Amino acid sequence: MTLFKSREAILAAAILGLLALIATRFPGFIAPGNLARVFTDTSPLIILALGQMVVILTKCIDLSVAANLALTGMLAAMMNGMGVPLPLILLTVVALGAVMGAVNGFFVWKLDIPSIVVTLGTMTIYRGLIFLLTDGKWINAHQMTDGFKAFPRMVILGLPVMAWIAVAVVAGFAVLVKRTALGRAFFAVGGNPHAAVYTGISVGRTQFAAFVISGALAGFTGYLWVARYAVAYVDIAGGFELDVVAACVIGGIAIAGGAGSVGGAVLGALFLGIVKNALPVVGISPFWQMAISGSAILIAIAFNAKSSAAKGRLILKTAEHRA
Amino acid sequence: MTSPTPRHIPDRLTSPLSRALKSWEALLCVTALAIFIANALASPYFLDPWNLSDASFNFTEKALIAFAMAMLIIAGEIDLSVASIIALASTIMGLAMSMGAPVPVLVLLGIGTGLAAGAFNGLLVTRFNLPSIVVTIGTMSLFRGISYIILGDGAYTGYPAGLAWFGQGYVWWVFSVELVLFALMAAVFYILLHRTNFGRAVFAIGNNATAARFSGIRVDRVRFTLFLLTGGMSGLAAVCLTSRLGSTRPSIATGWELEVVTMVVLGGVSILGGSGSIPGVVIAALVMGLVTFGLGLLNVPGIVMSIILGVLLIAVIALPRLWARARRA
Repeated sequence: MTLFKSREAILAAAILGLLALIATRFPGFIAPGNLARVFTDTSPLIILALGQMVVILTKCIDLSVAANLALTGMLAAMMNGMGVPLPLILLTVVALGAVMGAVNGFFVWKLDIPSIVVTLGTMTIYRGLIFLLTDGKWINAHQMTDGFKAFPRMVILGLPVMAWIAVAVVAGFAVLVKRTALGRAFFAVGGNPHAAVYTGISVGRTQFAAFVISGALAGFTGYLWVARYAVAYVDIAGGFELDVVAACVIGGIAIAGGAGSVGGAVLGALFLGIVKNALPVVGISPFWQMAISGSAILIAIAFNAKSSAAKGRLILKTAEHRA
Repeated sequence: MTSPTPRHIPDRLTSPLSRALKSWEALLCVTALAIFIANALASPYFLDPWNLSDASFNFTEKALIAFAMAMLIIAGEIDLSVASIIALASTIMGLAMSMGAPVPVLVLLGIGTGLAAGAFNGLLVTRFNLPSIVVTIGTMSLFRGISYIILGDGAYTGYPAGLAWFGQGYVWWVFSVELVLFALMAAVFYILLHRTNFGRAVFAIGNNATAARFSGIRVDRVRFTLFLLTGGMSGLAAVCLTSRLGSTRPSIATGWELEVVTMVVLGGVSILGGSGSIPGVVIAALVMGLVTFGLGLLNVPGIVMSIILGVLLIAVIALPRLWARARRA
């Protein structure tokens, strides 16, 4: 238990250290307004990392999130063009994202196909569908209505709606993971599938649920992304699935399943988000960005490996001690 | 909750897939033949021998990596950084070229960079005992990132004419150098995986690494060698690709890691490790090459091809399972 607390504490300390380091050269970066902007920028990563977390907890991986986001985002923009009201668009993107997640989950659950293969396939299929829908054309800012673009940027209590949505998703996951049977099932299935079966948990059904959650969040983020950046095209969020997995990995979600926490995933996403936002401010050329985030991932996982090498980690240890 | 049928996650050896694997190569062969005939019927230009030879460029470079990747996946590991290794190796070649290095040096540097990158992956995985999928997601950004640092938004062009032989040359009548390299490497990897102790060790590790260790196999050494091999083959692919394109950009070979993994899985290699064969990968490479080439002749855009490959990947894996289920019912 202490190990868990310390993992997140260390990551939080690393983030604070990073901020302090940046502040020595550019005090403006840690101004509240700018930190709010960085948090808003990182919101899609936080939301998707939480969805990916539950998938990884069940020993699966979802490589199709970025393609799902791009497809739903494009559909949201097209529906907007057809004059569909915003609430209906929001409902549709969440439902569509969930359906795409369900397709992944179906193959994993009913046909026992490894998730990496399924989502590798659906990733190319979903992104290809955007091309079929649009013929490769872009939807630009002037083709979107003001209401459509304004919603994620609308400021409430100093933070844009987009950031508030991330906060709400984090709170929702905290409840889901700590307080619901499904949340416990994610850990049980990933920790020991055989044992989970004998305690009456359906492994496949739980994995299916994880994919649906991940898909629904990707669908919703698709709208947020397109509305905020006011552009939709085939390659939007290209390669973002790896950022999402990387955020989980930095946050200490065990890729073998069964171990991880909401706080870890959020901190992992924030760490990556701050690195990416800080680089241009500090005056490092954007060409350094990939190498730096790659190194950050490697250092984080090497560190994780060292701290977890000592003994086995099980999330339900906390429950064990309490009992 | 109704009592669930026990699902034994790690116990994939008795899955319908592995039972179908015996005829997997046969199934793939039929698929390849069907696509070949469909192509021939669809376009009168398809059967032209020059065309067929050029069609090989659609898969040879990826297949070179897929042979090594197949062994890595059979051993229960994966390398997602292969495309980034290509970018790095090509960039190093370009850097050396801009300093006036001769062609043999360029080739050695390309392959050497690949080996070094593979060794780096292998060291991280074996020394820290980390999951390779995580390590190579990191090195994937790192390797390509170094290319971006060196190149920025620029490019290396103007490679010496001698280098062009690898990607554009022909030996004998119409066989491209790459096609010959493909056949040669297929034979080498076939022998390595199916006819040597090393190959047996790879299967043993993929099925049960702990048991392999207790039976005297130096598990980490084999793993390290496999990463080295995959890196080296990526370097070789970088030489071919750089030669064929005649230029280096940091975005070179983007997304190839997924195509290589698709090729390996399509070839019947279990993504969970422990089973697979080189002939399967060879036929899968031919299938993928034929599909992209045939669709190219029909002017189907690249992204639609990738949809078809995605559907093919899932269908080829799902159909035997559905069939097995239908027979049981």
